[in-house]
Amino acid sequence: MIRTFSYIDVMYLVAAARWTLALTVTAFAGSAVLGLALALARIAPVAPLRWITAAYIHVVQGTPLLVWLFLIFFGLPLTGISVNPWIAAAVAFSIYGSAFLGEIWRGALISIARTQWEAGASLGLSLYEQLRHVIVPQSIRVAIPPTVGFLVQLIKNTSLAATIGFVELTREGQLTAAGTYKPFAVYITVAAIYFAMCFPLTQWSRSLERKLDVAR
Amino acid sequence: MKYGLQFRDVFAAWESILDGVLVTLFLSVCTMVGGLVIGVACAAARVYGPGWLKRLVGTYVEVVRNTPLLVQLFLIFFGLPSFGLRLDGLTAAIIALVINLGAYTTEIVRAGLQAVPKAQVEAGHSLGLSGLQVFRHVVMFPALKAMFPALASQFVLLMLATSVVSQISVQDLFHAASIVQSRTFRDFEVYTVIGVLYLGLAFAFRGLFAGIYYWAFVRR
Amino acid sequence: MSLVEIHGISKSYGSVQVLKDVSLDIARGEVVAVIGRSGSGKSTMLRCINGLEPIQAGSIRVDGVKVNDPATNLRKLRQEVGIVFQSFNLFPHLSVCDNITLAPRVVKKQPPAAAREVAREVLRRVGLEDKLDAFPAQLSGGQQQRVAIARSLAMRPKVMLFDEVTSALDPELTGEVLKVLESVAQEGMTMILVTHEMGFARRFGSRVVFMHEGRVHEEGQAAAVLAAPKTPELQTFLSAVLH
Repeated sequence: MIRTFSYIDVMYLVAAARWTLALTVTAFAGSAVLGLALALARIAPVAPLRWITAAYIHVVQGTPLLVWLFLIFFGLPLTGISVNPWIAAAVAFSIYGSAFLGEIWRGALISIARTQWEAGASLGLSLYEQLRHVIVPQSIRVAIPPTVGFLVQLIKNTSLAATIGFVELTREGQLTAAGTYKPFAVYITVAAIYFAMCFPLTQWSRSLERKLDVAR
Repeated sequence: MKYGLQFRDVFAAWESILDGVLVTLFLSVCTMVGGLVIGVACAAARVYGPGWLKRLVGTYVEVVRNTPLLVQLFLIFFGLPSFGLRLDGLTAAIIALVINLGAYTTEIVRAGLQAVPKAQVEAGHSLGLSGLQVFRHVVMFPALKAMFPALASQFVLLMLATSVVSQISVQDLFHAASIVQSRTFRDFEVYTVIGVLYLGLAFAFRGLFAGIYYWAFVRR
Repeated sequence: MSLVEIHGISKSYGSVQVLKDVSLDIARGEVVAVIGRSGSGKSTMLRCINGLEPIQAGSIRVDGVKVNDPATNLRKLRQEVGIVFQSFNLFPHLSVCDNITLAPRVVKKQPPAAAREVAREVLRRVGLEDKLDAFPAQLSGGQQQRVAIARSLAMRPKVMLFDEVTSALDPELTGEVLKVLESVAQEGMTMILVTHEMGFARRFGSRVVFMHEGRVHEEGQAAAVLAAPKTPELQTFLSAVLH
């Protein structure tokens, strides 16, 4: 029984967008925790740690997100660990995102002039104290605009969770299109909802970037 | 139940996998060329064009960059038939990928053009060169050098992103994975092998671009 | 025993040797001015004293503690050796007070209230007591450099190193910094200054060390050496600098 694409469907799509946001927030938390560890490991004075981290980042950045998604959702259960789409998506996006966020944050850390490190060291501060009191506070300001940009990427990436059946905005769109036989109208609506979520963040990231340039 | 890793079945299906690699390569190269053409045209419009054109291009870029590729793909493959335009998977895929890459390329090319210091452009004009001459002799080479790394990066990301076309049943490398999986049920091994192949392709492309960069910009 | 003992140190950056068998002893209370052309190795030698640069040969001792020994706790050493840089290197995100009290609070574990009093005192010594809560961006170059000196003084070091501290300042601002250096010298601080300010070297330096191509080329009592240089290289250098 084909139903018409109506206001109710639009509301269901908007409701599904909540899951997009929930997945985004969860994946961001995962990416942030792992990404911070990666960024610090990349600038650590321990060479093997730097290499392993660099290798991890290159591998993750060199494989499609879909591979990680399918590997975790379809592959892991065969080794005995059961996963549902939500967990698989959250873990896959966290792994994928951590590599990119780690690089962004590493960039912010190394953008702080060497002379700041020297000034801190010359006052007798330990590496941890230098990071905590001198380097990281200055890095945060630099890191915010690209981190917001990353958030936009993450929101778009969550659309891939549809491929393993997780019902977020895109999957809801597929179901609605199948039920109403109005794919164009449905997907335009879906695109518009994504745009409404992403565009404000993109603009915010740009204005933050401008403020940062002015402050320099 | 202990699960023994068994890669042999996957390797036995190497022909399907190879077909997939070829399709992925074909898609990637077509998209890179198409995306670059659109990117250059739109960037030129944005930097040198009249106000209305700037806004039009700007809208295109913002809309594409703030919506997911998967949705754009579905829109073209499933949505266009509503208007009588029924495309096969491969064509729809290329169109969607080119439109998507074009938006990102526009921004990269624009950044490259604007990275050339205004002072140099002014110096060119002051010497009596025409606008086109200034572009050809003063702007083009430094702009290309500036935009190359970001462009190479974006192209590799694109190659990896072509995997989404598997969702409209285009027989690319990722789709080959599901074919092999349905035959061997060795999901873990299949996706690991596919992942390694993509990694190899990414490595190869990065090397290729690095080589081009060296040949074009460093050798002089 | 001298406060700072530099014995036969050599240092290279890759294939370029910047310090060649340099030896220098600095007694407590001395004010030593190190002069020379750029590339002569003077800043490098200074930075070796607090371990910012490693050496390939020789040894450096500060108050008996060997600097280039891997077993040495550099953090502890650096609490005794203050350094002021050419580009001030204040922490831009911290107020003047926080800049000065950071190390005393975090490294020496001083309570914040006591540290703030120390900050006030050292700022008074450099003539900037009213800038206690200002931010570096609000200060002139000369003021920032004076805060940098105060920041070092707050750690009560045994010896202070100054790396061309007036070179990055506009000419009208160097005077205020030199006045501060004067008062620090008169309080008996052991100072090693890499400098181009010959006037200061002549008036307050106990010794002048002229470095040339990575070696100590000539040294002696400040006034004497500057008035009557013995080696031709120093003569050329002084005539170029004091034209």
